[in-house]
Amino acid sequence: MSEIDALFKTLRAQGRKAFIPFVTAGDPDLDFTAAVLQELGQRGCSLCEIGVPYSDPIADGPVIQASYTRALEHKVKLHDILTMTRRVRAQSETPLVTMVSYAIVYRHGLEAFVTEAKASGIAGAIVPDLLVEESAALAEVCRRLDFSLIQLVTPTTPRERAVRIAEASTGFLYYVSVAGITGERRELPPQLLENVAWLRQQTDLPICIGFGVSQPEHVAQLAPVADGVIVGSAIVRRMAEAAVKPRAQVLADVGAYVESLIAALPGAAAKA
Amino acid sequence: MQGNSASAADGSLRKPGGQCYDDRMSPNSSTSATSHAPDAAGRFGPFGGRYVPETLTYALEQLTAEYDRAIQDPDFHAELESLFKHYVGRPSPLYHAERLSQHCGGAQIWLKREDLNHTGAHKINNTLGQALLTRRMGKTRVIAETGAGQHGVATATACARFGIPCVVYMGEEDIRRQAPNVFSMKLLGAEVRSVTSGSRTLRDAINEAMRDWMSSVETTHYILGSVVGPHPFPRIVRDFQSVIGREARRQSLEQIGRLPELVVACVGGGSNAAGMFYPFIDDQAVELVGVEAGGRGGKPGEHAASLTYGQPGVLHGSFSYVMQDEDGQTCDVHSISAGLDYPGVGPEHSYWKASGRVKYTYCGDADALKGFDALARNEGILPALESSHAISKAMELAAARRPEEAIVVCLSGRGDKDAAEIARLRNEK
Repeated sequence: MSEIDALFKTLRAQGRKAFIPFVTAGDPDLDFTAAVLQELGQRGCSLCEIGVPYSDPIADGPVIQASYTRALEHKVKLHDILTMTRRVRAQSETPLVTMVSYAIVYRHGLEAFVTEAKASGIAGAIVPDLLVEESAALAEVCRRLDFSLIQLVTPTTPRERAVRIAEASTGFLYYVSVAGITGERRELPPQLLENVAWLRQQTDLPICIGFGVSQPEHVAQLAPVADGVIVGSAIVRRMAEAAVKPRAQVLADVGAYVESLIAALPGAAAKA
Repeated sequence: MQGNSASAADGSLRKPGGQCYDDRMSPNSSTSATSHAPDAAGRFGPFGGRYVPETLTYALEQLTAEYDRAIQDPDFHAELESLFKHYVGRPSPLYHAERLSQHCGGAQIWLKREDLNHTGAHKINNTLGQALLTRRMGKTRVIAETGAGQHGVATATACARFGIPCVVYMGEEDIRRQAPNVFSMKLLGAEVRSVTSGSRTLRDAINEAMRDWMSSVETTHYILGSVVGPHPFPRIVRDFQSVIGREARRQSLEQIGRLPELVVACVGGGSNAAGMFYPFIDDQAVELVGVEAGGRGGKPGEHAASLTYGQPGVLHGSFSYVMQDEDGQTCDVHSISAGLDYPGVGPEHSYWKASGRVKYTYCGDADALKGFDALARNEGILPALESSHAISKAMELAAARRPEEAIVVCLSGRGDKDAAEIARLRNEK
């Protein structure tokens, strides 16, 4: 059982939902990323997603893309990111997963990547450009090393394919709310709740919803049908302020924003 | 951690410590390339495949299914052939460049005149085919990327011909150096969107087109312009471009009286080369040479020769040779020619390289300009800077061969678009 499996088991037993923030590693530097991760854990996030900057992120919208570009301009390397997560995990119980391109995983070697990530306190990976058809080799390594390989289902995924993806996924299933790239949306698609409810009937795996989620109303709307919600661009956009504002202030802003979203989760009051 | 390495010597790929993590990505050393690739998963040996976000799977499956239906449909072939003949002006001539051959003092150089096609390059072969597929799929909008602007113009042209709205993504740097093509695209009714992310060249234009497609897959077809990207693009683009090699092969038999000893084409993403080489792949006696952009030198960032200097990795949805750093980040590359200024290459070229069927070499910026001048002055033909790389390498190879031998070179495009940029470069000196 990976740390992710254990987390969702606990949350379900308590009738709670996961709040999962996404942060870009190394924007503007890894010390700040570490500070943000600490803050997010303290504010009650269940699990944090670390984005490994990539030069050609075709699934990402302008906000995350720009954060990747800034991080890469500062020459952030995978090894340094993992050193940072190891340091953070020494003082934090909040599990981590990574969002990383297969270009990076392949270049480091599948087994080497998973081994190092796991040793650095990361419990699983979301590899957005690795389709279920191409994932057998990495899935085998992940299974052997008890590392979650979280797969994605989107609004354009046919239903039988969605079932196949759910069967291959471990840790949780990532439901992409919109057909498109990452980024904040004012409104979420009307058929979203129905699609997730259908998927809920097909698998016992926890389902977390991401892409486009940014407002407390979204969280309140999605949490009842899912096991968790994922928020990325809205946090990355706030973190980018660190370039022009005092870091303590940015940390407080990110923390307050995240707290406002967590408060919209069912069962949040009970926890507080 | 350490990088994966490839051994060109035995054509095999090795992983750190000799361990293979993904069998499909680690071929036996004894692969011999055939024309029966790719397989159903889009693999050319270990290369190719599909590395894209799940959102795009729907469109790629739809495209695969429609293409499979189309190639069984005689009406589809008849319509494409009619367009090739009456709209593009095919077959393009195979021209014996006698003065250029004399100038080199060796083998006879023959030029496959794709520069004489409507829109001035080979790109139209693919865009017309894909425009027909767009119509068959009932899609109402087209997007494309372009580097030199040739594919953008060819896409804008096909879309105008079929009445389909069209958006072309083009890097800001390429918009500057290929201004005439930008103007043409606009005249043809296309919207040209400037891409300001990353290196502002072809690679970033592909990223932006992919992002657009992520949000528009249900109504939009992405007319990818080279033999790169996720399956089925490398196969579809190769098939549409193979008209070049089929004609050249037939024309060689008719005009030279036999197949040529050598066939040469330039390789960026590799579409003109794939179309030229593919019909010759099973003719083992014909040597095939692909010419990459050697740029200013052999250091990272100075060239765009992925097959020469790169290693296998993932870029833009496909497993193929790529210029990456040790962390898996795509490197910036350089070529004088916008159409070759790309850090990856089509997976079938990686397959042909690994099997030894095609030899890949490179030609630098300065030599490409010499090839441009030689063809201009000896034959009265201005070649595209991309094609000038193939011309220059063919001249070098011809000089070392006997006059009885024949070299067929793919003259993939005309050079009018480059005249201003060449003038600018000469004024800088």
